[in-house]
Amino acid sequence: MTEHVAAGEAHGSLNGYVTGFVLSVVLTAIPFWLVMAKVFDRPGAAAAVLLGFAAVQIVVHMVYFLHMNAKSEGGWTLLALIFTVVIVIIALSGSLWVMYHLNTNMMPSSMHGGPMGQPDMRHMP
Amino acid sequence: MTSSELTRLVLGRLSWDAIPYHEPILIFTFIGVAVGGAAVLGAVSYFRLWGVLWRDWITSIDHKKIGIMYIVLGLVMLLRGFADAIMMRLQQAMAFGGNLGYLPPHHYDQIFTAHGVIMIFFVAMPLVTGLMNFVVPLQIGARDVAFPFLNNLSFWMTTFGAGLVMMSLFVGEFARTGWLAYPPLSGIAASPDVGVDYYIWSLQIAGVGTLLSGINLIATIIKMRAPGMTLMKMPVFTWTALCTNVLIVAAFPVLTAVLVLLSLDRYLGTSFFTNDLGGNAMMYVNLIWIWGHPEVYILILPAFGVFSEVVSTFCGKRLFGYASMVYATVVITILSYLVWLHHFFTMGSGASVNSFFGITTMIISIPTGAKIFNWLFTMYRGRIRFELPMMWTVAFMITFVIGGMTGVLLAVPPADFVLHNSLFLVAHFHNVIIGGVLFGMLAGITYWFPKAFGYRLDPFWGRCAFWFWVVGFYFAFMPLYVLGLMGVTRRVSHFEDPSLQIWFQIAAFGAVLILLGIVSLIVQFVVSYVRREALRDITGDPWDGRTLEWSTSSPPPAYNFAFTPRVYDNDTWADMKKSHYQRPRDGFIPIHMPKNTGAGFIIAALCAACGFALIWHMWLPAAATFAAVLAATIIHTFNYNRDFYIPAEEVARVERARTRLMAAHV
Amino acid sequence: MFDTLDSPAGPATQRRFYLNVEHHPENGTLLGFWLYLMSDCLVFACLFAMYGVLGRSYAGGPTGAELFDLPLVAVNTSLLLLSSITYGFAMLEMQKGRLRGTIAWLVITGALGAGFIGIELHEFAHLIHEGAGPQRSAFLSSFFTLVGTHGLHVTFGLVWLATLLVQLTQRGLVEANRRRLMCLSMFWHFLDVVWIGVFTFVYLMGVLS
Repeated sequence: MTEHVAAGEAHGSLNGYVTGFVLSVVLTAIPFWLVMAKVFDRPGAAAAVLLGFAAVQIVVHMVYFLHMNAKSEGGWTLLALIFTVVIVIIALSGSLWVMYHLNTNMMPSSMHGGPMGQPDMRHMP
Repeated sequence: MTSSELTRLVLGRLSWDAIPYHEPILIFTFIGVAVGGAAVLGAVSYFRLWGVLWRDWITSIDHKKIGIMYIVLGLVMLLRGFADAIMMRLQQAMAFGGNLGYLPPHHYDQIFTAHGVIMIFFVAMPLVTGLMNFVVPLQIGARDVAFPFLNNLSFWMTTFGAGLVMMSLFVGEFARTGWLAYPPLSGIAASPDVGVDYYIWSLQIAGVGTLLSGINLIATIIKMRAPGMTLMKMPVFTWTALCTNVLIVAAFPVLTAVLVLLSLDRYLGTSFFTNDLGGNAMMYVNLIWIWGHPEVYILILPAFGVFSEVVSTFCGKRLFGYASMVYATVVITILSYLVWLHHFFTMGSGASVNSFFGITTMIISIPTGAKIFNWLFTMYRGRIRFELPMMWTVAFMITFVIGGMTGVLLAVPPADFVLHNSLFLVAHFHNVIIGGVLFGMLAGITYWFPKAFGYRLDPFWGRCAFWFWVVGFYFAFMPLYVLGLMGVTRRVSHFEDPSLQIWFQIAAFGAVLILLGIVSLIVQFVVSYVRREALRDITGDPWDGRTLEWSTSSPPPAYNFAFTPRVYDNDTWADMKKSHYQRPRDGFIPIHMPKNTGAGFIIAALCAACGFALIWHMWLPAAATFAAVLAATIIHTFNYNRDFYIPAEEVARVERARTRLMAAHV
Repeated sequence: MFDTLDSPAGPATQRRFYLNVEHHPENGTLLGFWLYLMSDCLVFACLFAMYGVLGRSYAGGPTGAELFDLPLVAVNTSLLLLSSITYGFAMLEMQKGRLRGTIAWLVITGALGAGFIGIELHEFAHLIHEGAGPQRSAFLSSFFTLVGTHGLHVTFGLVWLATLLVQLTQRGLVEANRRRLMCLSMFWHFLDVVWIGVFTFVYLMGVLS
């Protein structure tokens, strides 16, 4: 039984790969230049821009190299990806949020401001 | 290189001291295992069954055989896990004041750790996986799972993982950290011995097996359903299996990653979870529970699926609220990722974080409640037959709801501040795991046993097991709620306050009842086998079932279905019976089937050998076995000859035999 | 002929509940492999989370800004990106049924990948030599583990590539080999996606702070 690239199986094309490649080069070169040329003053702003470029380039890879589309495998590939992305976001942001709070409340350097605060010395004789 | 350097590279820290000569309990256990093992091996040799064992079971890629082997593994490990439990109950019932009991803390700590690890990873997971493996392809009208070889590999990885844990009894020792092995206690500084390494490698090896199994079953359910079986026409057990395996694929990688990080700390001296050089042990707790909470839903969802099948079959009705059951299952799947912090409310994350997770934890109880109502509405005005699976279901409904309610109580952070890590918590999770998972597995085993083996289980001994288990459970765990509310902490082997003792003694009595329940189960298997002709299932449909698996013979032929089924509605078999379906008697065609292979067994055995070598720091054998694993895997990929055709005459012969059997017993 | 797959369900007595013809379910390998990649995503997510939490715990030791050689990382990134497109060219050759073209582009991909690993090993050796090994601090532990795990995956990919090259030479572009090439393709591009995360989150942001 021939199972040549079945319906929903994404093909590559020369144009697709080259477009994806060129976009990726641009989306890589700019972040490297931004950091190496110290374009931004504030690291927070720089980080946001870098992460933005990374997100866009990941989408470029998904579309042009991995041929991500809503029809592959009856939509299950995209559904699996969306589910995974949601779980990854929950795990990453949840961990950062929880650990930030744990560190702030419980790590030794911040013990003086920790959950118990300062002991109440007024009732000592 | 000197000969002692070579010895160290080959033998690592393995030495004769690893064998526990001075522990009488272990010596007796070893003698028992050796005698029993020799008897089993001797019997297999005497009856010349090695060939059969290797050809028909060890190398089998048939989902039915693999499913049965998983369940056998789970039940065998239940004996070991329960032995740990009854040892703990005995110790806690007697160790008050001057009486130190018979288990020193060094030993007791290994017992509670092993008990948890074995019950979760090597009893509950295999039982669940085994049931899904056996049932799902039959329910969806498929001949096997999507990746039969991977299925075999997954089983052996799990089994060898269990083997490593069992080895720790006799060579070295096990971890003393609790079943989740929190650092810094599990780090190299506080636990330099082999115990935590046994823990890590047995779980890593078994975990790979589980992950591959998850991928396998998802692909099976998505790709291999019979024509006409849309998602919303699948049996509910298949839906819960789908969601369970999604949870497996999304959660087990986290466990893998965390155990790798712990092993890097132990083997390479990295600082992930250390107290110095910037490490943060709390991150371990955070990550391991991101795995741990979905894990408990992995255990319970298949049990919910079993109950859905059992209720609709034994009430003679279509399940009430099919769509809402599906939605509830999917909602539980997603929500299970949003509650993990409730396992460490007391770690100090503060009010905002605690309240968020407390609220999500309460929300997740709602879809479960919806399911309970659906089962009750199915029973309402049904013609209920109280066969054993239905009895287990009713016991589940009562017991699990109690456990669930104590869970909602624990979900309130200030309440949890008092009850965290108390015996109240221990009672809660045993309540839901025994009342939910175990009762579900026993219901499922009883329900599908005739399909697997061709005869029903003996009802009398089954009822004995049932009553011993249910009554024993309540005696064993209700006192723990009381003790927990009074402030008693978990994992303690000796107490000073004599007023607590009566509660522990009641709990020990409950454990003895459960022991009788387990004995009854074993007797049930033996008696059923002896009486199998009287209990024989001729038609393949002993319960008047509603789903496709009951259309096959008991046991089904290797190819499951002579012709691929065509599905029109939910409860396909019920539909077919109503339509006076006639089995086709001729026109059989050759059937395409995968071949058996020994590659899974060999690769898994090599992985286990590598694990053992890593545990004992035997670097040369570790490198060699790792290379062997790679080589064996690559060699296996050069095998392109993995399938064959069952000839049409063979299919015809099998089907004609079934026709004769059914006609002779009309 | 016999089977009525497309006709609507008639009256109950006329429905046929089985297919007379051989029914092959669709092959699940590509979906299964994609699901494996999703699980691998989660492994990397944990390692990224670990780096996110511990990535500034220098324990008085060297920081990213002091250690990272961005021009070298840029070279490495280019090698990996180029290897992605050369694998793409190999797939185009495969779709046209051209065995020799496929093998040629795969060999080039492998060479680029080997170059990536070589540079990475050199970078690691240099860091360890400077006393900035994985045992120095939690930051370095998480750096070596995250980048090293990615490198291990690339290495496994190279072993897989070599194996496939042998199998292609032996059997040509049979269906099983095409499936394997498609799986490796997904694997290879996925590793490039992870690398985007690595060079952004670890190297570029590490130099920033």
